[in-house]
Amino acid sequence: MVGLGFHNVTLGYDRHPAVHHLKGEIAPGALVAVIGPNGAGKSTLLRGIVGILKPLAGAIHLGGLDPRDIAYLPQTADIDRSFPISVFDFVGTGLWRGIGLFGGIGKAARTKILGAIAAVGLNGFENRPIGTLSGGQMQRVLFARVLLQDAALIVLDEPFNAIDGKTTADLLALVTRWHGEGRTVLAALHDMEMVRAHFPQTLLLARGPVAWGATAEVLTAENLMVAMRMCEAFDDTAAACADDDGRSQAA
Amino acid sequence: MYDALIGPFTEFEFMRRALAAVIALSLAGAPIGVFLMLRRMSLVGDAMAHAILPGAAIGFLLSGLNLFAMTAGGLIAGFAVAILAGVVARSTGLKEDASLATFYLASLALGVTIVSIKGTNIDLLHVLFGNILAMDDQTLLVVAFNATITLLVLVVIYRPLVIESVDPLFLRTVSRAGGPAHLAFLALVVINLVNGFQALGTLLAVGLMIMPAGIARFWSRDLTAMICIAVIAAAVSGYVGLVLSFQTRIPSGPAIILVATAFYVVSVLFGSVGGLVRQMFPGRHLEA
Repeated sequence: MVGLGFHNVTLGYDRHPAVHHLKGEIAPGALVAVIGPNGAGKSTLLRGIVGILKPLAGAIHLGGLDPRDIAYLPQTADIDRSFPISVFDFVGTGLWRGIGLFGGIGKAARTKILGAIAAVGLNGFENRPIGTLSGGQMQRVLFARVLLQDAALIVLDEPFNAIDGKTTADLLALVTRWHGEGRTVLAALHDMEMVRAHFPQTLLLARGPVAWGATAEVLTAENLMVAMRMCEAFDDTAAACADDDGRSQAA
Repeated sequence: MYDALIGPFTEFEFMRRALAAVIALSLAGAPIGVFLMLRRMSLVGDAMAHAILPGAAIGFLLSGLNLFAMTAGGLIAGFAVAILAGVVARSTGLKEDASLATFYLASLALGVTIVSIKGTNIDLLHVLFGNILAMDDQTLLVVAFNATITLLVLVVIYRPLVIESVDPLFLRTVSRAGGPAHLAFLALVVINLVNGFQALGTLLAVGLMIMPAGIARFWSRDLTAMICIAVIAAAVSGYVGLVLSFQTRIPSGPAIILVATAFYVVSVLFGSVGGLVRQMFPGRHLEA
């Protein structure tokens, strides 16, 4: 299986790049932390990988994966918490790829769903409407759904924001377990200690890649300073970028 | 008692047809209404009801007071507005309600223009407020047919529709069914509005969809239960409304909607989920 390839990819909004000319590859089974200051393009990169944002230039190759083999946990999930749906049914939607429009939820599926709910420590919450959960419990529910999606590539966008230590530890254990199962995991994070302790590889992003590789080599004071100095603002009068493959040599 | 509640239906065929029609409308319209409400599209239904008017008016202009022509016209106008609005919203990021408002206003203006070219007020009244008591067998069959189609399509799109309502981004990452399901749902809204306008008129057709949903919301937190309650509330409102209309001189359409309104008021006050009285006297708080 080939890994995830970035071929000089530029991602952004309204022609303004948020991730500029990223090249490189993520090996299958890697556990990668994506770090960088706010506005560095972490979420944009993850959205590009998942396929909900089309690159402005270049391409992202999924290495033989179907876009539906990706489980994605967005930073601010656009979830209508007032919708009358139980934790069980909500987590069950993670089985979509297997059951689709009409597939029944049989005994095996029920066991799977209950197992996922138990794995995130929410035993007994099966019949609760999702509107009654706390922030941490909802995050556990979302992890349970990712668990059920059984995806080869798991993309987590700042999954531990506003989550307490206990819940973070529990959910981090799941991330480690996914890594152990050979899945590729990418997570946008801010907690450097956590990255050092649990993530073998790191991509430090500040619009473009500042450093990328083994975590210890990436997380140097020098690299972090470079990332901090990143200019965040869009320039409305910016000229079209000439740094494309062919033209860069001509210029 | 028997004379008042059952007599009219054993005695008069038009009352039996009206009752059959109202039950068919309830079975299909109420579930659609529940989804409209949960997707915060209640007023979208209302807007769509206006959008149907010009289509019906064109049908009326071309072939007189012919229900098939008017239904076809209404369907075409409604679909055009629903699909155009949906496509514009999805491809430009404009909010669906804003997009729809533009299209339905244009449609309404067009409709009024068409009607004013060849206006006969009595016929227009029929279009606006309907007459469930004047239903013939053919019309009843059309209503039943549309209701059946609605339920069948709803079965097909139920799962993506639910997921799209809760977590649209998730559905987008696992499936491409979201867009088609949404468009199919808008189409069902139009079909049911057209269905309702023969009985209740363009202005009140949406009532038998939205009001039962509002009632159901006060009695359950579970989607399946909500849909069942909505269907029952709609059917009972229809039945009581017909009886009321038969015994008094209130026209049938408004009678049905007024009965539904009464149920709604009772639900707002005494509903077990978020009802006002329940909120005022919640009982002592629990231990955990």
